[in-house]
Amino acid sequence: MNHLVIAPLLLPLITGIALILLRGSANPLRRTLNVASTLALAVVAAALVLQASDGSVQVYRLGDWPAPFGIVLVADRLAALMVIITAVLAAAVLLHAVRGSDRDGRYFHVLFQLQLFGLNGAFLTGDLFNLFVFFEVLLIASYGLLLHGGGPLRTRAGLHFVVINLVGSTLFLFAVGALYGVLGTLNMADLARQAAAVAPDDVGVVRAAGLLLFAVFALKAALAPMHLWLPGAYGNTSLPVAAMFAIMTKVGAYAILRVYSLVFGADGGPVAGLLDPWLLPLALVTVAVGTFGLLASRRLALQAAHLVIVSAGTLLAAFGIGSDAAIAAGLYYLAHTTFAAAALFLLADIIGRARGDLHDNLVTGPVLPRTQLVGGLFLLSCITVAGIPPLSGFFGKLLILQSSVNTPWVSWVFGVLLVTSLLGIMALARSGSTLFFATDDRVATAPAPHNLDLVGVVSLVSAGIVLVVFADPVYAFARDAAMQLLQPGDYIAAVLPGAAVGAAP
Amino acid sequence: MEVLVSLVIAVLTACGVYLSLRGRTFPVVLGLTLLSYAVNLFLFVTGRLVIGAPPIIEAGRSVYADPLPQALVLTAIVISFGMTAFVVILALRARAELGIDHVDGKEGTQR
Repeated sequence: MNHLVIAPLLLPLITGIALILLRGSANPLRRTLNVASTLALAVVAAALVLQASDGSVQVYRLGDWPAPFGIVLVADRLAALMVIITAVLAAAVLLHAVRGSDRDGRYFHVLFQLQLFGLNGAFLTGDLFNLFVFFEVLLIASYGLLLHGGGPLRTRAGLHFVVINLVGSTLFLFAVGALYGVLGTLNMADLARQAAAVAPDDVGVVRAAGLLLFAVFALKAALAPMHLWLPGAYGNTSLPVAAMFAIMTKVGAYAILRVYSLVFGADGGPVAGLLDPWLLPLALVTVAVGTFGLLASRRLALQAAHLVIVSAGTLLAAFGIGSDAAIAAGLYYLAHTTFAAAALFLLADIIGRARGDLHDNLVTGPVLPRTQLVGGLFLLSCITVAGIPPLSGFFGKLLILQSSVNTPWVSWVFGVLLVTSLLGIMALARSGSTLFFATDDRVATAPAPHNLDLVGVVSLVSAGIVLVVFADPVYAFARDAAMQLLQPGDYIAAVLPGAAVGAAP
Repeated sequence: MEVLVSLVIAVLTACGVYLSLRGRTFPVVLGLTLLSYAVNLFLFVTGRLVIGAPPIIEAGRSVYADPLPQALVLTAIVISFGMTAFVVILALRARAELGIDHVDGKEGTQR
C-alpha cells in the first residue's frame, strides 16, 4: 500500500502529541518544531498532488481490512488539492503567528497541529462516519483556537460557535444513522452503489437523510440562512486564528461537493440531483447577504469575515451550476479565496497593532508607520479579493461567470456576482481610504511592523500571484479533478475492487 | 417496542430542541445533552431491535445483532461526553467573564 496517503494525518498528529509533551519547554523550540512540521506537511502535500495528477485514485486501507468493512483513506485529485491548499495556508499563517500572537495562550501550537490533523483527515477519508469524527477533531481544536487569547467578547462568540456546532454534529449523526439504517453501509463508495439501487419504499428516508446532511454541511460552509454564526466567531477571535479559519468554511463546501457528486450525483438513480433546487439559489442569496454585511461592517476584521461569507456563496454557486467547467472554476476560486481572505485577516492584525487603541476600527487615525508598504499590501490583497484584474480573484470569478453561460441561471449568476463585486469594491475602497488616506494629526505610538511580521501576508499575496502566473496548469488540474468527480465510477472501482460499478450487490 | 423506542427518541429530541433554544446557558447545555442522548439511541436502533442475539459469529446461531451501530454509538458517546464537559466549562467561564448566564451576555429586551 502507498503510505504517502496517510502521511498528512500522521505528521500533524505526531507533532501535536510531541508539542503537548514539550509544553513546559521554551517557546522557540515549540515554534521551530511547529514551523518545521508545517513546512514538511507542505512538501508531503506537494508529493500527494504529483501522485494524484496522473488521475489515479489512491486508496489506503487502515489495518488492511478490505472496504467496505474497514475504513479507507482515499486520495484523488480533489483531496490532494484541498490538502495542499491547507498546508500552504497553514504555513503562511504560522509564520505570521510566531511573531508574537502565539504567546497569548499556552496551547496554540498543539491546537494548531491538531486542527491540521482534523482538516487533512476530513479531506482524505472515504467513510462518512469517519468524516464526522474528523469534523469533531477539527472543531474541538477550533474551539480552543477560537478562545485563544481570551476576553469577554471572545468567550461569548466562542459559546455561540460551540453550541451551534454541537447542534450541527447532532444533526450529522441523525443523518448518518438514517443512511446506515436504510443502506447498511457508511463507506462513501459503497453508499453510492447502494443509494443507486435503493428500494422505492426507502427512497424518502435516503432523500431526507441526504438533505439533513446538506443542512449540516451548509452550516459549516456558512451558506445562508445558516451563516449568522460566522461574523461573530471570525470577527472576535484572534486574527491569525481567523486567517486559519478561512479554510474551515471550505471543509463544508468540500463535503457538499464530495458527497453530492458521489452519492447523490448523476448516477444516483432514484436519489440523483437531490440538491439541484437548493444549492444555487441559496448560494446566490449568501453572496448578496454577505455583501450587505460587508458594507455595514465597522471593523476591518468584520469586513474580512463577511468576505468569507461572500466567497463561500460564490464557491457554492459554482458547485451548484454543477458542470465540469463550473466545478473546475469553483476549485480554482477556492484556492484563490482561501489565500486572499487569510491575507486580509493577517493585514487586519498588522494594521490593528500599528494603530494602537484604534485597533482595526474603520475610523480616521494617525498615519500608520510604514504606511506605503502596508498600504501597498492592503491594495494588492483588496484587488485579489474584489476580483479586479490582473490578480487571481478576477480569473476565479471570470471562470465561474463563463461556466454559467448556457445554463438557465445565467442572468441571476451574472447579476448577483457582478453587482456584489461592485459593492465589494466600494466597501474595500472606503476602508482603504479611511485607514490610509483620511489620517489626522495624531502621531502613531505603536511600533512599526517589522519585516518579519509581514512574511505571512507577503507569502499569501504571492500565492495569489502564483495562481495567476501558473493559472493554466492549476486550472487544468482543477478541470481534471472536476472530471474525476463527475465520473464517480473510478473512485468506486478503486475503493471497492471486484465490485461491478453501478450494479447492486 | 419499535413504537416505544421511537416515541422516546422523539420526546428526547423535542425537549432537547426546546431547551437548546432557551436564553440561559444552563438549559442550553441540558438541551444539547438531551439531543445527544436522543441521537445515541437513534444510532443504536439503526441496527434494528434484536433481543438476546450475539453480535459476533457463533456456531449454531442464525439471528445476530448488528455490532457496527454499537461501535458508532460508543464513539458518539465519547465525543458528546467530551463536548458536554467542554461546553459546561465554557458556560462557566462566560458566566464569570460576562457577569451573567444569558447566552448573549446581556438580558433580553423582554422579560
